[in-house]
This record gives sequence, C-alpha cells and structure tokens, in this order.
Amino acid sequence: MPTTSDQDAKVEPRAAMSKTPEKRSKTSEKRSKTPEKRRAEEEEDEEEELLPVDVEGSSLALEGSSDSEESLFSGLEESGSDSEEDDEDEEEEGVPGSAVDPDGGNSQETVEEGEERGMTEKERALLKDKTDEYDHDSSDEEDIRNTVGNIPMEWYKDFPHIGYDLDGKKILKPIRNKDELDDFLDKMENPDYWRTVPDKQTGSEIVLTDDQVDLVHRLQRGQFGDVNFNQYQPTVEFFSGEVMIHPVTNRPEDKRSFIPSLIEKAKVSKLVHAIKMGWIRPRRSKEERAEEAGRYYDLWASEDPNAILGRHKMHVPAPKLRLPGHEESYNPPPEYLLSEEERLAWEQLDPEDRKTTYLPRKFSCLRAVPSYSRFIHERFERCLDLYLCPRQRKMRVNVNPEDLIPKLPKPKDLQPFPTTQSLVYRGHTGLIRSISVSPTGQWLLSGSDDGTVRFWEVVSSRCLKTVQVGGAVRSVAWNPNPAVCLVAVAVGCDVLLLCPSLGDRLLIGSTEQLLSSYQPPEEKGEELVVWTTAEGEEHSQGVRLRLTHPKAVQQVVWHSKGDYLSSVMPQPSSHLQVLVHQVSRRRSQNPFRRSKGLVQCVSFHPLRPYFFVATQRSVRVYNLIKQEMTKKLQANSKWISSMAVHPAGDNVICGSYDCRLAWFDLDLSTKPYKMLRHHKKAVRGVAYHPSYPLFASASDDGSVIVCHGTVYNDLLQNPLIVPVKVLRGHTVTNDLGVLDVTFHPSQPWLFSCGADATIRLFT
Amino acid sequence: MGGVQKKKFDRGAATNYITRNRARKKLQLSLADFRRLCILKGIYPHEPKHKKKVNRGSTAPRTFYLMKDIRFLLHEPIVGKFREYKIFVRKLRKAYGKSEWSGVTRLKDNKPVYKLDHIIKERYPTFIDALRDVDDALSMGFLFSTFARTGKCHVQTIQLCRRLTVEWMNYVITSRALKKVFLSIKGIYYQAEVLGQTITWLVPYQFSHDHPTDVDYRVMATFTEMYTTLMGFINFRLYSSLNLVYPPKKLSALSSCLARVVSSVEEDEAQMDHFPVEGEDVEQMEAREKEHKEQEAQRRLFEGLKFFVNREVPRESLAFVLRCFGAQVSWDKSLCIGAAYDVTDETITHHIADRPNMEKQYINRYYIQPQWVYDSINSKICLPVEDYFLGVTLPPHLSPFVEEKEGDYVPPEKLRIMALQRGELTDFFSILVQDEDEEDDEDDDDEDEEEEEEEEEEEEEEKEDEQNLKKMETQRSQGKVTPGKVKKEDRGRLEQEEKAEEKRLAIMMMKKKEKYLYDKIMFGKKRKVREANKLTAKRKAHDDASKTDKKKKAKKQ
Repeated sequence: MPTTSDQDAKVEPRAAMSKTPEKRSKTSEKRSKTPEKRRAEEEEDEEEELLPVDVEGSSLALEGSSDSEESLFSGLEESGSDSEEDDEDEEEEGVPGSAVDPDGGNSQETVEEGEERGMTEKERALLKDKTDEYDHDSSDEEDIRNTVGNIPMEWYKDFPHIGYDLDGKKILKPIRNKDELDDFLDKMENPDYWRTVPDKQTGSEIVLTDDQVDLVHRLQRGQFGDVNFNQYQPTVEFFSGEVMIHPVTNRPEDKRSFIPSLIEKAKVSKLVHAIKMGWIRPRRSKEERAEEAGRYYDLWASEDPNAILGRHKMHVPAPKLRLPGHEESYNPPPEYLLSEEERLAWEQLDPEDRKTTYLPRKFSCLRAVPSYSRFIHERFERCLDLYLCPRQRKMRVNVNPEDLIPKLPKPKDLQPFPTTQSLVYRGHTGLIRSISVSPTGQWLLSGSDDGTVRFWEVVSSRCLKTVQVGGAVRSVAWNPNPAVCLVAVAVGCDVLLLCPSLGDRLLIGSTEQLLSSYQPPEEKGEELVVWTTAEGEEHSQGVRLRLTHPKAVQQVVWHSKGDYLSSVMPQPSSHLQVLVHQVSRRRSQNPFRRSKGLVQCVSFHPLRPYFFVATQRSVRVYNLIKQEMTKKLQANSKWISSMAVHPAGDNVICGSYDCRLAWFDLDLSTKPYKMLRHHKKAVRGVAYHPSYPLFASASDDGSVIVCHGTVYNDLLQNPLIVPVKVLRGHTVTNDLGVLDVTFHPSQPWLFSCGADATIRLFT
Repeated sequence: MGGVQKKKFDRGAATNYITRNRARKKLQLSLADFRRLCILKGIYPHEPKHKKKVNRGSTAPRTFYLMKDIRFLLHEPIVGKFREYKIFVRKLRKAYGKSEWSGVTRLKDNKPVYKLDHIIKERYPTFIDALRDVDDALSMGFLFSTFARTGKCHVQTIQLCRRLTVEWMNYVITSRALKKVFLSIKGIYYQAEVLGQTITWLVPYQFSHDHPTDVDYRVMATFTEMYTTLMGFINFRLYSSLNLVYPPKKLSALSSCLARVVSSVEEDEAQMDHFPVEGEDVEQMEAREKEHKEQEAQRRLFEGLKFFVNREVPRESLAFVLRCFGAQVSWDKSLCIGAAYDVTDETITHHIADRPNMEKQYINRYYIQPQWVYDSINSKICLPVEDYFLGVTLPPHLSPFVEEKEGDYVPPEKLRIMALQRGELTDFFSILVQDEDEEDDEDDDDEDEEEEEEEEEEEEEEKEDEQNLKKMETQRSQGKVTPGKVKKEDRGRLEQEEKAEEKRLAIMMMKKKEKYLYDKIMFGKKRKVREANKLTAKRKAHDDASKTDKKKKAKKQ
C-alpha cells in the first residue's frame, strides 16, 4: 500500500516542522549513550533505514493507537497553539519510543533482521509488499510500561505516580524532580544532553541514536524519511488526451443513434410554430437596430403654425433657467466675493434658504478652475423641477409706486393752516390735561395735574392769573357765549364755575350780575348735584359756584348758547354718567335713565338741540327735545378717546386709543366716512376749527396733525379731507404726548398742550 | 322636494383634478413607468386653487394632475411599449434562470424599442417651439457626453450625446450664431441666436465627475432619451436649412468647415431688403439696419486672425468659440487630430496659453491668456491685449448676461468696456480718472435714502429750533439782545423738502390695500439700493486697500 505510506511520510515532517525551535534543540542535544545500547541502536538504525514504514507505523501505534489516522491528520493540520503542544508530546513520545526499545522488546525483530540480511534491498522491498505489514509490527508486544493510554499526563500532576504498569502497579514518578540547576549542570556536563528526551509517560529519559536524530533532521527539512526514496520518479499515465486508434469499448452502436431524435423534433417544431405565429422574430443585425434607433428626418416638414400644443391651451412652457450674474464668474470683480462674515453666514444658512447655491470664488487663471462638484446635482434638480413642479402663470402687475399715491390738492393751495410753532406757554409743573380759548380769542385757559388753572394772554404768552383749585384738573371749558365771562373747571368731584375777571369790565359786571340774580325756587326737590356759592377766599380767587357731583367728573362741556353745561362721570354700568346743568336756574338733571356703556365724552350740537354721547365703541346722537336717540354711529375702533363736532353740525370726528381718527358724515351713514390712520400712537384729542375748514388731532406720539376738511353744502359732494401739516414740538414724557388741542376761534392758530407741561401755539 | 341627494365631490374642481396615485392606477402603470411617461410627454402636476375641495375635504399634501392630462395619456401608444418591455424583462429573467443562453441572446436581439418621434411632434408642433425648449436638452447632452463609461448610463447614450452636441456646435460655427460666452465656476455658458431664438446652454469643464449617490440616474436617462431625439430632429432640420447632408461625417475635432459654400451664401443674405416705408418707420428702419451691421461686425470679430491653442487650454471650447467668429485655430498635433498648422507657423497672430511664462516665444505674435477671447466676444470688440499677457493679473471676467437697469450697480470694469465700445477710451490709463468720476455719480444715487432720513432731520431741526427758542427766551429775560444772524436759505432744498412733505402727507391718505402694495414695492426698491450701495462700498474699500498696498510697496522700493 504505497499510497498510505506516502501519506504517512508526508504527515510526519509537518509534525516535526510544527515544533518550536528550542524544543528541537533540546531533543537533539539529549544524548546519553552506553556502549551496549549503542550497538543495539545501530542495528535498529539499519532496520529503520530499510523499513521506514515500519518505524512510522510503530510510532503511530505507540502514540496510543486508539486514534485513527484521519483524526491524527486532522489534529496535525490544526496549527492552533493548544494542539501544537499535543503534537509535540506525541512527537517526543513517539519517535524515541518506537526506536529505542532498549532491550528485550525488539528481540524478535533482530531475529528477523538476521534472516533478511542476506537479501538484496530489492528483494526486501518486494517482500515488504507481499508480507503483511502487521507481521513484524511490534506494537502489540511493545512493552507498554504505562497503561493509562493516550491521555493528557497533567491528570497525574498531583499524584506521586504517573500510571500503572501491566501488573497494575503504580509507576512512581522519579523521586526527585530535576530543578533548573540540575538541568543546567546536565546541560554543561552531559554531551548527550541535546539528544535526550524525557518520556512523559514513564518519566524516564531517552537518548536518541544518531539515525533517529538524522531522521528527525530530515523530517524537519521536509524530506522523506527514507533516504533512498526518489520522489522525482517518472509518472506513468494510464489515461491520456491523445486519441488512440482503438475504441475504449467494444460495444456496438445503439439503434437510436441512427434514427432522428424525437425530442429534437418536438423542439424544432415548437420553434417553427413560434416563428410562424410571429412569436419569434429573426434577429436583426446590429447596424439595422442602430439605424432604427437613430434615424432622423424632417419632423416638422408639414408643420401647422396654428396647431396648439398637443394637449390643450392650459399648457405652460417650462421657465428657462436664470442666467448667471457676475458673481458666478471664475474671476469676478472683487466686490462680489463674500467677506469672512458673509461666508460664515452663508454656511450657517439652511441650503434651501441660501440666495446662491455656490460660494463666489476667484481663480487667478482658467487653468486653476476645478470641476463644479454640484453640476450633476443641479442638472438633476432641474429635471425634477421640470416634471414634478406645478407650473403657474403669475400675473406680475407692473405698478409704478408713484401712481399709487393719491392725487391730492397741494397743501399750499389749502392755506391758511398752522405751520410753525410760534409761542410756548410755560408755567405749569404737571401735565396739562385740557385747554380752552375764550370766545374772543384773547385768553387761554389751561388746567393741569399740578392743581392749578392758569389764564394766559394768547399773544404775549403771559400767565395772567393762576387759580389753585386743590386737585388735578380734568377738564376746563370756556363759556362760548361772548356776552358772559365764565369758565367751567372739573376738579375731582366738583365742577367749579369761575369768573376770570379778565377783559372788558362791563362784561365781567354783567356776568357777576347774572350769577347773583339767581332766585332760589320755593320748593326744593331732591338734588343730584349740590350747587354752592363760593365765598371768602374762594370768591376772591374767582370761583363763583361749586357743583358737587356724586362721583369724579371727567369732562365739562358748554352748550353753544352758554347757559347749559354738561359733565361726564364715567362709571361702568351706572345710569348716572352724564349730567346736564343749567346755570341760570342752577338746576341739574340726568337725561338718561339707563346706562349704555362707559361714556367717554359728550358734546352739544352747535346749532340744533342734539346731544352726542360717545361710549367706548360708538357715538349716540340724542334729540334733546324729542328725548330719543336719533343715530348710533359705529366708530370701527376699540376705544374712543375724544370727539369733536363740526361747527355746521353735520360731521363728527372721533379719535380713538387705537391710533385712528374716524370722520362721520351724519347725512351719509352711521359708519365712518373715512378712517385716518395717521398717528403712530393713541389719539388723545381732536378739534375742529370754528370757521376755517381745518381739524386737528393730537396723539401720544408727540405730534399734532392738521388736516384740511372741507364740508360742502351740496349733500351729494363728499367732504374733502387732506392732511396738510404734521406739527411737532411736544416732547413725549411718560409715554404721553399731546393731550389736548384746540383752535383759535377766529385765526387759523392751533393750541396744544401736552404731558411736558407746556402749551404751544402753532400759527 | 324629493329628488336624488347630491353627492359631494361629484362636480366642480374635484373632478378636474386627480391625485398621482389615482392617475397611476387609472393608467395601470407602475410608479416608475408613470414617471417616465410624464417626463416623456411633458406632463406636470397642477396646484389647484382650493386644495381642500379637490382633495375631498382632506388637507393631506398630495400631488394633483389635471384630469385632462391623464385622459390624454390614456391613449398614448408608448404605454403599450412599456408593457412590452416589462414582458421582455420578465422573459429575459426567466431565460437566465433556466440558463437558456441561446434564448437570452435571441431575446436580447429582439429587445422592444420605442420611438419618440410622435411625442416630439406632439409636444412641439412647430420647429420654433422645439428650438425654444432646446436649452435643457443641450445642457443635458453636453453633460452626458462628458460621462465616462462608468455604467451610470448606456455607452450608446454617451456616444449619441457626444455626436449630437458636436453636430450642434458645428452648426453654430457655420451659422456664426454664437453671441455670448461666460466662464463661470460651474462651467462655460454659451448663448447663441438660432432663427431668432436665444438659446443658452452650459457645458461642464472637462473633468471626470464624481457621481453623487443621491441622484436618480433613471430620471436623468429618461430625460436624455427624450432630449437626444429632440436634438437629432433639430439638428437635421438645421443642417438641411444650410443645405447640408445630415448626419455629417467626422466633425469631432471642430477644425474642418462643414461646407465652404456656406459663407458665400451668408454674404448675399447680409444685404437687407429695403421696403418703401412711411416717415415714422424710417428711424426704426435705420436703427434696425445699424443693429444688423453691428451684428455682422461681431460675427467677423476674429476674421483674419490666426490662433494657436496651447495644450493646457480647454481646446474644444476655444476652437468652437474662435471658429464661431471666423478665426483660424490650430493646436499641437499630438493633442488632437485636425491640427491645421504647427506652432512654428510664422503667420500665427495670437498664441493662447495659460501658464505664467513660456520659454520659447515668437516675436510676431501675441501670447495671451484664454480670457481675452471670451472677454472680446462679450464686448464685441477686440480688447487691448496688454491686460491679458502671460503672467499678468487678469481683469475680472464679467457676465455678459447681466443687463444693468437704472439704479443697479455697475462694476467699473463694465463701464470701462462700455467706454471702449463707444470708442471713447483709447488710452489705457485714463480708466482710473473715469472710475473716480463714476464714484461721484454714484453719490447722487443716495438721494433716495436721504428722503427717508429727512423726517428724522426735521425733528432734529425742530429740536434745534426749540433750543434756540429757549436760549432766546433766557436771553430776553436777562434783557440781552444779541444781533441776529442772516440765515441762508437754500431755495432748492426748501422746495425739495416741501415736495417730500407733500408726498409723505399724500402717502398718509392712501388706502390700506394700496399702502400695503406701495410699502412692498418701496421695500424692494430700497433693498436694491441697499445692495448696490453695499457693493459700491465693498469695491471702494477694496480699491483703497489695494492703493495703500501699492503705495507701501512703492515706499519699500
């Protein structure tokens, strides 16, 4: 069985190769020889030379022999570190074990050897082939001194013995283990140290013979164990690719090789059928196909210019891509390059929010321009836009912004109106809530939070008189009757009627007379308001009458005739908010039985017996004679602050805290004819000029806007409203600007008072 | 009163639109096929006015197509071809699975093909329509022709794109239709005027692409499929309009003329017919004639010049551009076929190179950088070559597509070129003076801003007045009288102020709606002004910096 031996021979060197070098040296160095042993070994060596196979076989058998060859191979082929150790063990045990057999064990073999000595090598080889290899396999009768079998010897590490002999007696370990020193001494002194190998199973030491060492060397080198084995002998091929003249088999041809194949016939007929039916078309040549694909002709030879696009008129052609600007150039002007901050800002922006998809860059020459990395991306995005984006026609209105500005008459043509600030009246220390001009236009009255009422001469801006009223003045009003010199002042819960004692003495005299001529009536009813005549110091200051109200008074207004006056006591959900007083009869009355909301301000109609009451969101117009409401004006604003009635009585303006000014045309509608949003902040006061077509509004933004507002006698013509001047002068203090405005009765002059404790005259 | 209850969404807007998914189901197509069909047929979604009505009360975001469009797709023959192709793929897979190799080859040979001719005709009923839409086709074609054989698309497609684009370029050369060229960081933009249509396309620089992964090449391939067909037909038509045979042979080098006859034909064409016209039109006529002459002059910009293109310069672009304007071009023989003459040719007038210096220079020719060619084309005159010599810092390359309106920022280089065009500027060094003048002009533009500031100014003035008033008051109370000063009143300024105030007051009276619109317009205008101002400021800062740099250098020397 040459093949198996071959395998063996091949396997062994590998095992030898896998040994670590130090171990190799150790085994080779261990050499202890006694003369008689040497002889026996020589014999063995010879035998080994002759029968390498046997050596291998015996070694295999000695290794425990329960393992099959394959398992051994598999173990060997593993190159893992754990298996390596095992292999080494086997090697160390196997090789010497097979070879040494010092004394009796090999007696039979020596006999055999003697027999064989006479034969030639060839004969011996033949003999070997013929004879069963197990004939002289000594593995059976090998003296197995240790019977534990092929087990890891560490199991006996902790015992004094290392196994059992054939008789079942313990084999004891050498009494004294060699320590390092012994080992070293041995190494120094013993010349055979390098070829001495410990037998783990028996615990004894074995010295390898020269031939064994040679064998080990050969195996290490990867050579065959047998020296004489020729590994390069010529091969004999028993089967070649050459065609021989003689057939391999002598079998006669089958019949079926002469008759046509039925399967093929079926296949062919299938194909023929498919071709007939047109399922299979003859293959076209490549040129034919290419031509078919790319054949162009004059597609628009008979084009119809009137043909609308294949589908319908709704088709919107795709918009063209935007053309690049200077900043996309490879060498743009320097101003188009982004600065460092701009670049950072660009990078931090979301890619969708960026104005450009690229960063402008500058290259010194065309050669340096790299490829644009987003090129394919952008083309792809364009493709997506083309087939995924809804298209819409956007009507772009090309409006000239100048055309949007309404054409108004020039302010120049609408003169006169106040244009410049000419006088400032200083003296108050608190914010001035209210001002009023005397009907002659000579005096000005102002009431302030510092508890004083001051009388000014309009022309000279001199303060002629100061009256301490002992409380913040909410409202002042000069009696519009030029024949009477009387002033109403609202302080706290009181309304004071003052006689300023200014101007014509006759006038003052008549006023005093009017006040003193009062005859108290006989029967006195229940009075809402207590009328008391001022005396003493108060009288010397000018106070003539004191009307004590149940609540704080917000506003006082005179009727144009000058006999009636009305006071407002805003109080949510109270029917007692507005009172009308008659001075000549010293009588007060409450015109309303029910509350209609928080009353902001009231006003008398200048000509007719109408009464305007402005609540938070609307203005109610009452007929005083019929005692009914005639109109309710909706001032589309959140909170009305002030109200003024046109001297003709058909128009009303309302200022509101939400910056609006509503102009009502009473003949037109209950809705505002015009809403003016001129101011940036709450409107505090509004006023009409008694004779000129002017009105003004004062606001918390510190400005007074004067508007021209012509009211035509023709009912069909709407009033003309043109803002003519923005007057500034008041400084905003504590978020309060101008608090009240009023016009001069005869001149186009405007007075305004503000939170900065000044009164200003604009002419 | 009885009768059938009306169903919701049965009439009106809901029936005019169809969602994409429903459309797909109606056409019985897969999403990919539906997408392909939409691309080929040019169908795009529509945004309904009332989304909720159309979407049957739901507000979920959906894509809507017009019902008409989808109905129009229903009888498209190409849908059948799609199905055939699907079957073909199935058969092929089966044959592969069974390892029937002969079957595979047979199937492959009989792969179903479809033609897009009818779709092209349908989408573009007239030739002009097609030309109008050729921009994207050209850009795509040029992109695909630069692709390597990386498997992103079929090799045949790449070859076809290359062929068609080269044919197109040759047509542009022979018809001298090129108008503008722009070297951008993305690629080279070309603009040509073909049969009265302005066509712009973008060609990438000659580099290999690194193909992005988030791009669907199937979409691109479908577009290319359509575009190549379109371009083929357009090229055919254009070539036949020049009396040339299509397809032409061997053009890729862009060196040989298509036909020598063509130029003479064009000369005849150049003379315009004169029609007797009435008095008013005479001026227009003259203007038109003048324009025509200018165009003609532009076409012959480089006529008689002989260029040699060095190897580091983009040869194809330059050869194309130069030949469009009548120049002769050649290059090194080893670079590409079709070189007409050698470097050593004594008659070469311009040598285009893009390196800092050249060792061997011939005396009788200009060595210039490629930007000269492009700038000259855009400015329609041969610019002075001094700025473009080798190693010289190039002047900025401006976009020819920007047409500055009033109030827009104009870079000084553009002004210079405009002056050159008018023939005003012959001296090279007078530019600087010119620049300074312009800066003065720009100052005038700032007036708009001043208006805004006026309000504030007025307030300030009033404050000042008040202060003066206070002073006077105090002085008067002290009994002092100081002599008054004569205030000079600028009448012009006063008038302006008055007008501005009038305007402000009028604006106050605007209606809410109009005010909103007005504010929007004014916002846009102001932003424009702001941007222009920013650019001017930047430029000025840059110029100042460069000036000081120069001075420093001069001092050091």
